[in-house]
Amino acid sequence: MNENVNRHVLSVLVVNQTGVLSRVAGLFSRRGYSIDSLSVGVTQREDISRMTIVARGDDATLEQIKKQLDKLVDVIKVVFLPPESSVYRELVLVKVNADAENRSAISGIVDIFRGGIIDVAPDAVTVELTGDQSKIEAFVELMQPYGIQELVRTGLTALQRGNRTIGLDDIELDENYSEIGRTPHHG
Amino acid sequence: MQLTGAEIILECLKEHGVDTIFGYPGGAVLNIYDALAKHSDDIRHILPSHEQGAAHAADGYARATGRVGVCLATSGPGATNLVTGIATAYMDSSPVVAFTGNVGGPLLGKDSFQEVDITGVTMPITKHNFIVRDVNQLHNVVRRAFQIAREGRPGPVLVDVPKDVTVNKTEYRRQEPLPLAEHNEQVTADSLEGAIEMITESRRPFLFSGGGVICSGAHRDVLEFAERVGAPVSCSLMGLGGFPGNHGQFCGMIGMHGTKASNVAATQCDLFIAVGARFSDRVVSNAKRFAPDAKILHIDIDPAEINKNIKTHYHIVGDLKYVMQRLNERLQNSAVEPNQDWLQEIAQLKKAYPLTYPKGNGLKPQYVVERIYELTQGNAVIATEVGQNQIWSAQFYKYQEPRTWISSGGLGTMGFGLGASIGAQIGRPEKQVFNIAGDGSFRMNCNELATAVEYNLPIIVVILNNRALGMVRQWQDLFFDRRFSQTTIDRTTDFVKLAEAYGATGLSLSRTEDVDDVLMQAMNADGTVVIDCEVDPNDKVFPMVPPGAAIEDIITEE
Repeated sequence: MNENVNRHVLSVLVVNQTGVLSRVAGLFSRRGYSIDSLSVGVTQREDISRMTIVARGDDATLEQIKKQLDKLVDVIKVVFLPPESSVYRELVLVKVNADAENRSAISGIVDIFRGGIIDVAPDAVTVELTGDQSKIEAFVELMQPYGIQELVRTGLTALQRGNRTIGLDDIELDENYSEIGRTPHHG
Repeated sequence: MQLTGAEIILECLKEHGVDTIFGYPGGAVLNIYDALAKHSDDIRHILPSHEQGAAHAADGYARATGRVGVCLATSGPGATNLVTGIATAYMDSSPVVAFTGNVGGPLLGKDSFQEVDITGVTMPITKHNFIVRDVNQLHNVVRRAFQIAREGRPGPVLVDVPKDVTVNKTEYRRQEPLPLAEHNEQVTADSLEGAIEMITESRRPFLFSGGGVICSGAHRDVLEFAERVGAPVSCSLMGLGGFPGNHGQFCGMIGMHGTKASNVAATQCDLFIAVGARFSDRVVSNAKRFAPDAKILHIDIDPAEINKNIKTHYHIVGDLKYVMQRLNERLQNSAVEPNQDWLQEIAQLKKAYPLTYPKGNGLKPQYVVERIYELTQGNAVIATEVGQNQIWSAQFYKYQEPRTWISSGGLGTMGFGLGASIGAQIGRPEKQVFNIAGDGSFRMNCNELATAVEYNLPIIVVILNNRALGMVRQWQDLFFDRRFSQTTIDRTTDFVKLAEAYGATGLSLSRTEDVDDVLMQAMNADGTVVIDCEVDPNDKVFPMVPPGAAIEDIITEE
């Protein structure tokens, strides 16, 4: 792989309406951009959703990803969230083999990682854990020896540190959710 | 007042000054057609043979007039038949609004009769698309569709309207069209000075003019700029007509089928100025060896085009007309003087390597195009199909004015030209419109001859008939050891009789000495004319840059 290829976290404000996820996902697939994860949910405003996309590429590719996203009419704003000025979190649920003998050992590790056991069966426990990606990877590695039955990750979500925000208070959408006053750069 | 969705669509079209639409009826658009019948005084409906023809006609209308072209089709197959036309418009940044009917809301998503998810299908080939699920949203969606189609870099927008939305009623109030943003926020005194500095330092500037010059209406400003800077000028295929083809500084097209002069000048220049162009692979060829000694200055309205295909040294994002005017104001007060030595050098190249073709031995397609130029004095509108016919039409007709050259550049759609020429002729009734075709392309959508005849359009279809798929055959000849796999079509169709069967005039042409007479006969005829020109399948398009080569290594003959 090209050594200039890096992982980048993008935060994308979109109009919360049908088809927007498909437009963004379609853009990545048809232009051949690599995507590690994409998570999406509504913001404090129900008409606006926020996507967190973890993408890979060299600087030129990243520049194109941002510009092409900006061209989508339903995309309101795209910002990069660099690691030094952002907080990243991801949720993982892991179902691990656990019998009476090793359940307490697993529970000990979960405590150290400040996770929680949310379901217990005679031969398995389900663990919930939140953290940045390296914390989650470290935890998953420690669970491997017990035998992981299944694992699901939500994908990364992120915000800027401090009092800075992406700024969605000024955005005006009309009653049909087509934006007013915005000037998408098109193609 | 309370109106149905169908009536609201038509009222919104009228708000935007639309007086012509190209469409085809069907079950899901019955209500729209019913309303159209009542509005026939205000909106003229053109009925093609096939929805693809409607899409190309709307596109041709938009390209010939600069106004938004509108097409309409029913759900399912009607909608999918528009797809090639929409993709063609998308690749060439043509402002088209396409309306499709769909099955009623309750039937959506149930695989109902003639249901297709056309917004899903057209997502990657539209600037944006909408499905309208509530009649109360309809007026705003249509207005927004027109705004998006026209604003910034233009492009097609699709509006999918389920049948129940066309029946339901809501309150409608007329509104003026939404304002268009200017996209000049980044054009600052500093950014302009940066460009002027590069121009001042340059001894060998070169100007590359693309389709954006035509979209923006910047042709006069680009001409003034070129003269002030003293740059040789080349056009992309989409840019033809944006710079006068008989101007002393014009060197012809650049790239795969460009001229030796343009390709060498681009390679030797020290400043490559691209205006309203996107550095397509057909222009750049080998990116590593493109304009190796030059700084690249890119001016375009679409920021995503900057650094997409070619890394630029400097760029200005903004409306070309506005940017060029600001640059011209500054050049007027600058010390920039044309470098006559450089212009002389390029003039010598033009003289040494003119566009030419082997004479003798039967009718030459290039000669036919040259004579069309001479006999129309360059005042015609030329639509083309795709392939050799297209490139010869680009090379041997000197386009003087924007919107006189209508060709599918980005998508390269065979079968585009006839529909497009119908749209162009309807949009520009005072112009003589030609569709220069190959026999392969003509056969793809020749059903639209019925439309041209029905509306009594004086289009002249010139079929450069080599009984082959000429451009692919040329590649097989040059790069595949002459294995002419499936490109020698040589069918027995009599195009003259076919034209007559459609009610057009059919003429045949096989001798060089008859060219003027036959063309004059066609130009003086009433109604649609088809000229079947017998040409040799071994005639090739030159110059040509072989695949993967640098553009300066262009081959000028076999």
